[in-house]
Amino acid sequence: MISVLDFLLLSFLIVCAIVVARIRDLISAVIIFAAYSLVMAIVWQMLGAPDIAMTEAALGAGVTTFLFLAAISKTKRAE
Amino acid sequence: MDDLVIRSVSRLVVPFIQLYGLYVIFYGHLSPGGGFAGGAIVASSMILYGLSFNLEAGSRKLGHDVSSFMESGGAIWYLIIGLLGILFGSNFLANRYAGVSLGTPGQLFSGGIIFFLSLGIGVKVASTMITLFYSLSGGEDSSGSNN
Repeated sequence: MISVLDFLLLSFLIVCAIVVARIRDLISAVIIFAAYSLVMAIVWQMLGAPDIAMTEAALGAGVTTFLFLAAISKTKRAE
Repeated sequence: MDDLVIRSVSRLVVPFIQLYGLYVIFYGHLSPGGGFAGGAIVASSMILYGLSFNLEAGSRKLGHDVSSFMESGGAIWYLIIGLLGILFGSNFLANRYAGVSLGTPGQLFSGGIIFFLSLGIGVKVASTMITLFYSLSGGEDSSGSNN
């Protein structure tokens, strides 16, 4: 019913989401969130939404990561 | 951060990213993508250029005046095309009922005004993200200059 690749991607997403919420270093959280966005783009593609996958890969992994890093560099790094 | 490898690779890659973004914008009514996704890809190419060189080089390529002009111009372009539908005797954003030729399905210039609408959306989204990038990373003096 659920393929091996689906299982791997979804479990990676769950682990990434938990780690982003629990980690104390904000830059590490941003990098893990970029990995989350990239895997989420693959999941959107497998769900049959290539439009959303393209936007997620450009925005989630590219622009949002940089904007978070710029915001962190103007404030402090630890939570 | 003045690395030769990063600068050479980004100088090679940036035109292809921009070409792909323009493809996604122009073929928005035929294939997946559209104005928002293509504009985000074009903006990310300019962000890559500004990060790998310095901010002054990026500002020379696309200044703040040009960027804010494009940002307002995209919205006004969308509004003007929408109001043309009322001018030709139908609703706002009317396409076929305003007498626009729809063309052959599958061709690039088909679908009436949708091509021009996604062009306006792409310009608006790309210039908004570039402006956000420069104003967030510009430092103390240029962060609150205008907008």
